Amino acid sequence: MRVTWDEASVAERARAFLAEHDPAAMDRLEFLRARFDAGLAWVHFPEGLGGLGAPRGLQAVADRELKGTPDNQPGRIGIGLGMAAPTILAFGTEEQSKRFLRPLWTGEEVWCQLFSEPGAGSDLATLATRAVREGDEWVVDGQKVWTSSAHTARWGILVARTDPGVPKHRGLTYFVCDMHAPGVEVRPLRQITGEAEFNEVFLTGVRLPDALRLGEVGDGWRVAQTTLMNERVAIGGAPARRTMMGVVAETWRSRPELRTHDLHQRLLRLWVDSEVMRLTAVRLREQLAAGHPGPEGSGMKLAFARLHQELSGIEVEMLREDGLAYDDWTFRRPDTVDFIGREAGYRYLRAKGNSIEGGTSEILRNIIAERVLGLPAEPRADKDVAWKDLPR
Amino acid sequence: MTLLYTEVEEELRAAVRELLADKCSPSAVLDRADSAAAAGTPYDAELWKALARDIGVAGLLIPEELGGSASREGGASAREAAVVLEELGRAVAPVPFLSSAVLATQALLTAAGQEAGGNVAEELLGRLAAGEATATLAVSFAASPYAPAAPCHEDGATLGEDGTVTGTVTGVIGAEAADVLLVPVRLARKTEPCVGLCAVEASAAVRVTPVPSLDLTRPIATVSFASAPARVVARAEGLEVPWVWEALMRGAGLLASEQLGVAEWCLTTTVAYVKERRQFARPVGSFQAVKHRLADLWLEVVGARAAARNAAALLAEAPAAGPLGDDAAVAVAVAQAHCAAVAVHAAEECVQLHGGIGMTWEHPAHLYLKRAKADQIALGTPGEHRDALAGPADLPAPV
Ligand SMILES: Cc1cc2nc3c(=O)[nH]c(=O)nc-3n(C[C@H](O)[C@H](O)[C@H](O)COP(=O)(O)OP(=O)(O)OC[C@H]3O[C@@H](n4cnc5c(N)ncnc54)[C@H](O)[C@@H]3O)c2cc1C
Repeated sequence: MRVTWDEASVAERARAFLAEHDPAAMDRLEFLRARFDAGLAWVHFPEGLGGLGAPRGLQAVADRELKGTPDNQPGRIGIGLGMAAPTILAFGTEEQSKRFLRPLWTGEEVWCQLFSEPGAGSDLATLATRAVREGDEWVVDGQKVWTSSAHTARWGILVARTDPGVPKHRGLTYFVCDMHAPGVEVRPLRQITGEAEFNEVFLTGVRLPDALRLGEVGDGWRVAQTTLMNERVAIGGAPARRTMMGVVAETWRSRPELRTHDLHQRLLRLWVDSEVMRLTAVRLREQLAAGHPGPEGSGMKLAFARLHQELSGIEVEMLREDGLAYDDWTFRRPDTVDFIGREAGYRYLRAKGNSIEGGTSEILRNIIAERVLGLPAEPRADKDVAWKDLPR
Repeated sequence: MTLLYTEVEEELRAAVRELLADKCSPSAVLDRADSAAAAGTPYDAELWKALARDIGVAGLLIPEELGGSASREGGASAREAAVVLEELGRAVAPVPFLSSAVLATQALLTAAGQEAGGNVAEELLGRLAAGEATATLAVSFAASPYAPAAPCHEDGATLGEDGTVTGTVTGVIGAEAADVLLVPVRLARKTEPCVGLCAVEASAAVRVTPVPSLDLTRPIATVSFASAPARVVARAEGLEVPWVWEALMRGAGLLASEQLGVAEWCLTTTVAYVKERRQFARPVGSFQAVKHRLADLWLEVVGARAAARNAAALLAEAPAAGPLGDDAAVAVAVAQAHCAAVAVHAAEECVQLHGGIGMTWEHPAHLYLKRAKADQIALGTPGEHRDALAGPADLPAPV
């Protein structure tokens, strides 16, 4: 077994893998499973769990070597890849990791995130969904909301209250929810784009075996923090194949009749902002790879949301009469999440969610101010009060 | 290429920071700015000597063969110069590093590659590297690298047939501290317009008149040459002035690191202040309106660091002389377009969030505001740098 990986050895491994697995001659899923087993799914994961125990930065090498081969359609399984997987890796048992990670990565099993509730959004820790222990099982009752991909999901990451008698952050436990279990009901919620990526999920007497608990009883808040940290990096910090700037620039180039000096100045500003954000992300990944993660991560999603919103707004404005049209208001339940798909009007509306999903921009500013800059917290009344006694 | 700081760079930073903490506290800088009216200049010759000679910052861009410490194999480069500028910016240090060790040095490095003045340029670079002499590029600090002929306009300096320079240049930084002035000149001899770069030693024939300046710690001056003896460092046919262009462009890229340093001081100082200052029975830094502004500013500074590092790294990879490649030119323009605005914003927030004390002469915030605002105009405005990106970004202007 080798201990250290570098660019050459990862590339070598990927080429050796390709030599033995011809994607043209194989079933797509078989190919993806084999790639996972070869440790080329996410090289920074441990061996046996789709990785090589290599530095995170070397994933780009594997991806480059395997370019053009079938991918796992990340747009379908973003929550699994970006949030569930790192949480399972950090808190799951060996058994849980072995059971869940492979089908998660290959896309055979879609995941959703059962965090937000009608009464608990930014203040997630105040959530009310109850999980009560009965022998080797937990019985879950409550309602979740804004649950993206719940309609396609096989599993959900779920935070529920197991002890209402202690302050809110302490009485939570983290579970994997079987979305096929009796008592799970998923109803679509139509969004401003016309479609329903997200849903409301009613949990009524849902029985989950204790084996689906992730982390200790009462430690759910800490486990959820791992999910949320990863979510923010996943939304803001990942290298993108196609960017909003790229899309808007294409429109600018192909429609010279729409150009004005005012738009030109604004677009150049945003081009600079995009480039600065790209460089910030590059630097952040370098820091992570060098093993000293900087606080920069918390800022990426904030920058990303602003940029997406401004760029998509400029595009609609630039299009004039075409901007008055909308491609399609038909209600449907897409099985992918795509921030920059479809047309300008859709992009503009979808981008509004970027400053809400995964922690609002206001909450992210609070986090930066308090955890990065060390500014004092707002005076608060909910810290030392049992959850059941909080004013409602 | 890395956007992080290397160990060597951190060591250099620590050495510079230690010296500045000792010799260049905000109150010391303020005293210098105050007495500049009498002394004629805020430049701190002692501090500069210690930086240039003892730490060796004067030769960071000068090749080892010429007595500096720059080399392709593990020696210094624009990356180290950038780290020094971060620290000098953080201290608004009144030393002629940018004017001498960056702008004048880069002009000489570009000229050294050319036949006419190779020897003169190399000799001067040797003196600069050793800290024996300080130079400046006698070009307006407001000159844009995208208008390269501008320094040689008709009423600029000319080189007479007797080998002396006559004429006036305005808006020059570091002139009071300079032993040698590098001035772009028109050559009077020729009928065709033709320009050159001359080295003029400070003497009775060179008059440096400080101008009351917005930036108290790096004032501008008017430099007049009256038949001043000169040596030709480089010459060119036509109005191309590569030495000036290269110096302004690379200087702009490194100025971004100074702007980063200015912004960081402003952010850190403001955060510390709002944690301490109490109103309404709580620290003002606990009010969300204040916290969110500082969070946004922090994000801008994080971006500024990435952009400034990227410019420094690409400048370090570029050949010491000769035109920059597209990547480096884009990196410079992006860094200036972003960092210039961030420094100004940081300094403005610093004044605002200090309340009344921020408006006083006594508090150093104004030194940073003045530096940041002057830097925004220097070496191309953010708008000029953005315009220059239209081509590389393939975002053509309306027709
Ligand atoms: C497209 C989309 C997809 C989503 N997908 C999922 C999902 O898959 N799973 C899931 O669990 N959730 C999901 N969410 C929910 C999302 O995480 C929440 O909407 C978000 O956390 C905000 O909660 P809220 O909607 O209750 O708003 P609230 O928390 O009620 O906030 C309302 C407003 O008040 C502001 N605010 C709240 N508290 C503060 C404060 N302390 N300081 C300053 N301002 C404050 C907020 O910023 C916001 O502007 C999704 C949301 C969207 C838009």
